[in-house]
Amino acid sequence: MKTAKPGIKLMNKGRLTGWWFIAIAVIMIAAFYFYPMIQALLLSFKSGKGANLHFTGLDNYKRLFSDKTFLTAVKNTFIYLIIQVPVMIVLAMFISVLLNDSKLKFKGFFRTAIFLPCVTSLVAYSIVFKYLFGADGLVNMLLTKLHLISAPIQWITDPFWAKVTIIIAITWRWTGYNMIFYLSALQNIDNSIYEAARIDGASSVRQFFSITVPLLKPIILFTSITSTIGTLQLFDEIVNITKGGPGNATMSISQYIYNLSFKYSPDFGYAATVSYSIVIMIVILSIVQFKAAGEK
Amino acid sequence: MDKMKRTFTYVFLSVVSLVSIFPFLWMLVSATNKSVDVTKGKLTIGSHLVENFKKLTDTIDLGTAFWNSAKISIITTVLALLVASLAGYGFEIFRTKAKDAVFNILLMSMMIPFAALMVPLFKMFASIANSFPALGVNTLPAVILPTFTTAFLIFFFRQSTKMFPRELLEAGRIDGLRELGLFFRIYMPTMKTTYAAAGIITFMSSWNSYLWPLIVLQTPEKKTIPLLISNLGSSYSPDYGVIMTAVVISTIPTALVFFLMQKHFVAGMTGSVK
Repeated sequence: MKTAKPGIKLMNKGRLTGWWFIAIAVIMIAAFYFYPMIQALLLSFKSGKGANLHFTGLDNYKRLFSDKTFLTAVKNTFIYLIIQVPVMIVLAMFISVLLNDSKLKFKGFFRTAIFLPCVTSLVAYSIVFKYLFGADGLVNMLLTKLHLISAPIQWITDPFWAKVTIIIAITWRWTGYNMIFYLSALQNIDNSIYEAARIDGASSVRQFFSITVPLLKPIILFTSITSTIGTLQLFDEIVNITKGGPGNATMSISQYIYNLSFKYSPDFGYAATVSYSIVIMIVILSIVQFKAAGEK
Repeated sequence: MDKMKRTFTYVFLSVVSLVSIFPFLWMLVSATNKSVDVTKGKLTIGSHLVENFKKLTDTIDLGTAFWNSAKISIITTVLALLVASLAGYGFEIFRTKAKDAVFNILLMSMMIPFAALMVPLFKMFASIANSFPALGVNTLPAVILPTFTTAFLIFFFRQSTKMFPRELLEAGRIDGLRELGLFFRIYMPTMKTTYAAAGIITFMSSWNSYLWPLIVLQTPEKKTIPLLISNLGSSYSPDYGVIMTAVVISTIPTALVFFLMQKHFVAGMTGSVK
């Protein structure tokens, strides 16, 4: 009787077995992502210090719009986002196109060197940058020696330059990481497309915009979404390079949430509200990016 | 024209490489110098490495922190690879419409920022601590449990499984292997490169993680390397040589993992993006 309908038996068995394989992952993600998200949503309608929370409805959300520190943190985060993400993505794409040249020598060296920043921890590199960009740090010393500046730049303590320092630091750390995605995508593009374009007399600039960019669109979308999410969550660099200062000039939204929950007298309810503002921004920005990529 | 382009390519890539490497060189050189020399901008190798290391281990318990970081990263990596690969395999090999729907829901978790999770997670582990102190705040499970399963890694394994030759599974079934046997004896060895790439990514991010350990680990003897370094870096009278020694030591494990497994890493990443 064993031979009767073996196919169906195997399929049913297979279906159940499949669920066992994914069970742990599903439980873990439900428990440590979705359940806390629901908790945070409930918390965001409550207010109070420490464990004394009471329901306050939409008060926390109204408070956001008059909270100067929050608005500064949002503004700072958007400055990082609007300047840093495009610069880094264009740079990563440009480098990977140069590296993809089959006749290029020392390719392995260049690739490893440019990827190297990714092996450092965010804390470690932040501290290195903090000292390099100190008022009497090496960067100022070099710039002075080259006669590019007459007085040292206050990289860490001036509100404008502190933001510049953060942007330089993040770009240094993440360009190589994004480059890897472009490189592996470029390797999958058939070389004959470029040869045909060359025969048709297309310049390399033309080839880049008419062939490379359109083919890389999925990767551009992927890297810009992951970078956007990363930038909206910026924490380690800010805390370890500028501590959010001077004043609140470099504070990020994540740092503000941390301060609200663990540094000031804890207000978990309002902290959860601020954290939901990041969720909303990520959703909106991702939709915008998907739309922008789809319409072209 | 072509020659100019060539020259530009080499000059540009050399400058970018130099900028990428320079902070490393400075960090390495500074670890061998006295604090005063570092502030003077000395860029040659000095003779104070041993002294800096001694000072460092006198002021902080580097060994304990190193051991804590190692425990957390290794356990996280092993669990992450196991759970994510089981799931990636399950989603792809036993694909059904219902499972695809679950998969899409799991992917949505990639959009959830950790900043939104830290408060409820902290509250969760603080309340667990009341009934199960061994799982609550300030314990190893509290650091590891919420972070080791990521949708990204599940996605990564699922994508790679698309290229896994299924005939191998049929052959294994004929040989009498059960479902778990197929996974451990056939799938795992075949997918070595994917495991290597996933392992590198997970180990590095775990070794370097800062925010969650900062929140959940409260007593000094539990601190990890990034927490210690962050403390050193925020001191008011920093000893640059000593701090750079600490920074170098903290970077050794991830740099080592990267260089030893670089080939697998690139192969794994390339395979997954296809």
